[in-house]
Amino acid sequence: MTTETGIGASVRRKEDKRFIIGKGRYLDDITKPGQTYGYFIRSPYAHAKINSIDTSEALKAPGIVDILTGPDMEADGIGPIICGWGITSKDGTPHKAPAHPALAVSHVKYVGHQVALVVAETLQQARDAAELVEIDYEELPHVIEVGDALASDAPQIHDDIPGNLSFDWEIGDRAAAEQAIASAHHVTRMDLRNNRLIPNAMEPRAALGEYDAGTDEITLYTTSQNPHVHRLVLSAFNAVAPEHKLRVIAPDVGGGFGSKIFIYSEETVCAWATKKLDRPIKWTADRSESFLSDAHGRDHETHAEMAFDADGKILGFKVSTKANVGCYLSTFASAVPTYLYGTLLNGQYTMPAIYCEVQAGFTNTAPVDAYRGAGRPEATYVVERMIEIGAREMGIDPGEIRKRNFIPPDAYPYETPVIMAYDSGNYALAMDKAQAAIDYSGFEARKAESAQRGKLRGIGYSAFIEACGIAPSAAVGSLGAGVGLWESAQVRFNPTGSVTVFTGSHSHGQGHETTFAQIVSDQLGVPIDQVEISHGDTGKVPFGMGTYGSRSLAVGGSAIMKAIDKVVEKSKKIAAHTLEASVEDIEHSGGVFSVAGTDKKMTMAEIAFSAYVPHNYPADVEPGMDETAFYDPLNFTFPAGTHIAEVEIDPETGTTEILDWVAVDDFGNVINPMIVEGQVHGGLAQGIGQALLENCVYDKESGQLLTGSYMDYCMPRADDLPTFRVETINTPCTTNPLGVKGCGEAGAISAPAALMNAITNALGKEIDMPATPEKVWRAAQGL
Amino acid sequence: MYEFDYKRPGTIDEAAGLLNDDTVLLAGGQTLIPTLKQRLAQPEALVDLSAIESLRGVCPDGDQLAIGAMTTHAEVANKATIPVLASLASGIGDAQVRNRGTIGGSIANNDPAADYPAAVVGLNAVVSTDRRTIAADDFFTDLFETALEEGEIITNVTFPKPEAAAYIKFDNPASRYAIVGVMVAKTSSGIRVAVTGAGPCVFRQTEMETALSGSFTTQALENISVSADGLNSDIHASAEYRANLIKVLAKRAVAQING
Amino acid sequence: MPTVSMTVNGKQVSADVSSNTLLVTFIRENLKLTGTHVGCDTSQCGACVVHVNGNSAKSCTMLAVQAEGAEITTIEGLAKGNDLHPMQKSFQENHGLQCGFCTTGMIMSAVDLVNKSDKLDDASIREGLEGNICRCTGYQNIVKSIQAAAKEMEA
Repeated sequence: MTTETGIGASVRRKEDKRFIIGKGRYLDDITKPGQTYGYFIRSPYAHAKINSIDTSEALKAPGIVDILTGPDMEADGIGPIICGWGITSKDGTPHKAPAHPALAVSHVKYVGHQVALVVAETLQQARDAAELVEIDYEELPHVIEVGDALASDAPQIHDDIPGNLSFDWEIGDRAAAEQAIASAHHVTRMDLRNNRLIPNAMEPRAALGEYDAGTDEITLYTTSQNPHVHRLVLSAFNAVAPEHKLRVIAPDVGGGFGSKIFIYSEETVCAWATKKLDRPIKWTADRSESFLSDAHGRDHETHAEMAFDADGKILGFKVSTKANVGCYLSTFASAVPTYLYGTLLNGQYTMPAIYCEVQAGFTNTAPVDAYRGAGRPEATYVVERMIEIGAREMGIDPGEIRKRNFIPPDAYPYETPVIMAYDSGNYALAMDKAQAAIDYSGFEARKAESAQRGKLRGIGYSAFIEACGIAPSAAVGSLGAGVGLWESAQVRFNPTGSVTVFTGSHSHGQGHETTFAQIVSDQLGVPIDQVEISHGDTGKVPFGMGTYGSRSLAVGGSAIMKAIDKVVEKSKKIAAHTLEASVEDIEHSGGVFSVAGTDKKMTMAEIAFSAYVPHNYPADVEPGMDETAFYDPLNFTFPAGTHIAEVEIDPETGTTEILDWVAVDDFGNVINPMIVEGQVHGGLAQGIGQALLENCVYDKESGQLLTGSYMDYCMPRADDLPTFRVETINTPCTTNPLGVKGCGEAGAISAPAALMNAITNALGKEIDMPATPEKVWRAAQGL
Repeated sequence: MYEFDYKRPGTIDEAAGLLNDDTVLLAGGQTLIPTLKQRLAQPEALVDLSAIESLRGVCPDGDQLAIGAMTTHAEVANKATIPVLASLASGIGDAQVRNRGTIGGSIANNDPAADYPAAVVGLNAVVSTDRRTIAADDFFTDLFETALEEGEIITNVTFPKPEAAAYIKFDNPASRYAIVGVMVAKTSSGIRVAVTGAGPCVFRQTEMETALSGSFTTQALENISVSADGLNSDIHASAEYRANLIKVLAKRAVAQING
Repeated sequence: MPTVSMTVNGKQVSADVSSNTLLVTFIRENLKLTGTHVGCDTSQCGACVVHVNGNSAKSCTMLAVQAEGAEITTIEGLAKGNDLHPMQKSFQENHGLQCGFCTTGMIMSAVDLVNKSDKLDDASIREGLEGNICRCTGYQNIVKSIQAAAKEMEA
């Protein structure tokens, strides 16, 4: 049913009102009576031994409450920060993860490493006192780049991890891939660098711990994409409090992009310290701290070889990647360069043989973990650069070579050599539409016109695929995940007919309060303004797994559908009883329950009211209308599409202007096209940011973060970006009840390859991301 | 921020009386306040010049334009009767910075990547203080260094109207400061080419000035080879790239002037 | 501690604050107007933009004492009672926000931009947003929101 507020309608967002009037409630907006302020002392060194920490002067400072250190946490039995996904190396050994105390105990391993928490009555006092803490550091040799860290002469970062190697993992068939390469008509070989990024959600991370001595309960407000995961880990592994005595609330959260999935030191410390000091403690990162200590993204060094036959058909693909995981393994760090990466190297193509090996190395840098796309942008970059370069080397049109290799629409379900089973897709359709939209056949004329003005014009494709809707618990469990990745939903009717939906997903910009309400409104005929979506509070919503990996609609939305099914089933019983018919004769459509072949009917609102006023219910009809469901997906979903970018380069300055961008994406069914389009825009901006502007740089000599503020880390701004032209095609996903695939990461996954293909097409020469003006200028000038 | 006292004098004399080794002048604060926030400075007191009315305003005076030291970039952008100056000011920082930041604050700070130094030197302006006047060529001395003495207060900057001028800036994509900015001006004292962003401090490209004095064409610059020696090099741009930009931007400025 | 007095959203307010109190801190903590946000410490993100005597300014780069006697408008003061400002309505209508964190500063900057410009096109709006960073939207719908609001505000 498509109505003005139902599935398929661009309903204006219900959540917007509070944000546009300044009444959003982000973490730093919350203040508790008697609240203190926390300030973290952080390591100024990339690698050092802590000889001593002297807090005596600082403890005399005005307003000081206490100063807490790593040994204090250890003494209280607080466990280390964990990684939740086990990876097995080629030789069968489990990945190596160093112990990661929430506050450093004996060593600091990166600039920004948390050393002590200073708690004072005001933030100013906490910062003043922090300056009085004397820490005697003994500097040790450090290493920044993963290639250097894995070299034989590298400084040893963790005593118990030889060679700084966390794991050496593989997937696919090495012999088959090498055989294909050895016998191919043409082999494209490339070294590719996936630059390190800093996520930069606009709301900095924050935590506010509040202990209630009366109930012995800790409430942790934190900027989380998955509050239940926070509660589980903080309870089960860090032993901050038993799970039933720990409530985690993620209020309005100002963007996440992955960086707020993880369980970080700061919230762990705040949750523990509030009870220890029996005072509420608030910590809010300033942007400099975010740069230093948010988990970074990407950072791969890759060598790839793609084998083709004479027609440009791919015969085999071999990829060797070194992934920088930073100094510790963050929550999902091990999964990102492995099962979210190697498994997507098949792209949209038929590839008879694939082999991928990944070495994950520790360095003296901030931990690296999932950032929008997480592994899939890295995979897409490798696949889509390699096929494009292969086309250039073989003199085949880049659109044509892709079409020759696309999995045909009648081949689904399609099993790839790297364990994925694609359920549906229509890749050629997306490409045809993208080519038509950008007027691909007119490109040569446009290029000639640019040349007349002394400019270099280029065009580039990215035909990306991603695995979203993360994920079937059985699948991820077999691959090493420490959790299941189902989702929960509770649909609760109030007696007057309005509905509150509790979801385990968490919205931090995605618009769940609207999209999820549309589903309920559509399916149960409840006016959308009477549907409230509640999320983010472990004290309110059923245990849920949270929001990441473009999973909320595919998994969380499907859980809502499942709860709706239960509501319908129960409503049928009530209608049957009330209308004196058999349950089998009750038909349901959009919240109206009628007796087949009669004009007897009840609305959902009438049934809900009756459910709470069950004056004459038989024994087998339970009162109330409040249904909970847990949904475990059957498969990943596989959004895919073609993006084409057209750029013009000024060879004198190296400036790249994006002239046009067409994105044709297959997200399956679309619930709210307006929101989907907004998600694509945002993803594209981040992907373009990676390719053109953003780069995390540590100084190799000093280990200092050189891009530690917006003065040096280049965030995409309005005038850096073009007006995107976004279309969708809709091949329904066959494995979830909504037929949806997920749209949140597509832009970030697809854009870097499209843009770099366009830039290198214009230059006629390879450069690495980001394509800064100087790099482009050097290439254009042949320097 | 560390603690400090805050004073807002009503006259220049009063302000001068408050200055000592441990005080700093507060103009628009767009550099000073971020510096204080990072605890990179610990002054005893800030002396805010914003209440001194005589330090504000854009006053055309025959063939010159006097701009009060406390005039914001936005006011210069809107009111300056020298088009190149208005356009330069309209490109400083962002709208919010332009609403607060001042010309006096900017040139006193002498950030190597700031825009105003290129205007002051390129247009051969005169900086007036509560003590004296200082010629543009003498004002900017080194990285964040000027000819200002301890406690000296800039009162205004007087720009002679150029016959024609253009300023072309290549932004640092992150900070939006100038990686290189080049002002080319035909002035009553001859052709001037001032370069900001590229070196430790604004400088005149005299070779270009000579060439353009002979023939004010882009071709005149064609054979000049700009040396990278002494130019800034950082993660955004090498000295060699900056050297290239100086020439490219200078040519574009000349082309713009020549229409 | 100096006493600072100013008009915020039409209301006279006065408080004793230390000289090193930022305007944004005064607004958020003394006045409890938490719609003005802090997203960076180098005056670039624009989440903290308010109007000072009718001009947009970054309240993280101003001391509260510098606002002595000033007329301040924050996001909370933009609507006339329940009647939203056209810019606020337009952001909702055109999906100009996602997580909402940059939105309040973005709206305040946008209102000033439209107030001060005769004619705004796509390019000049994008340029006018140089002082505001959004990580969610890719700016496209922000630009669209401002274009639509500008028409409304002219009318």
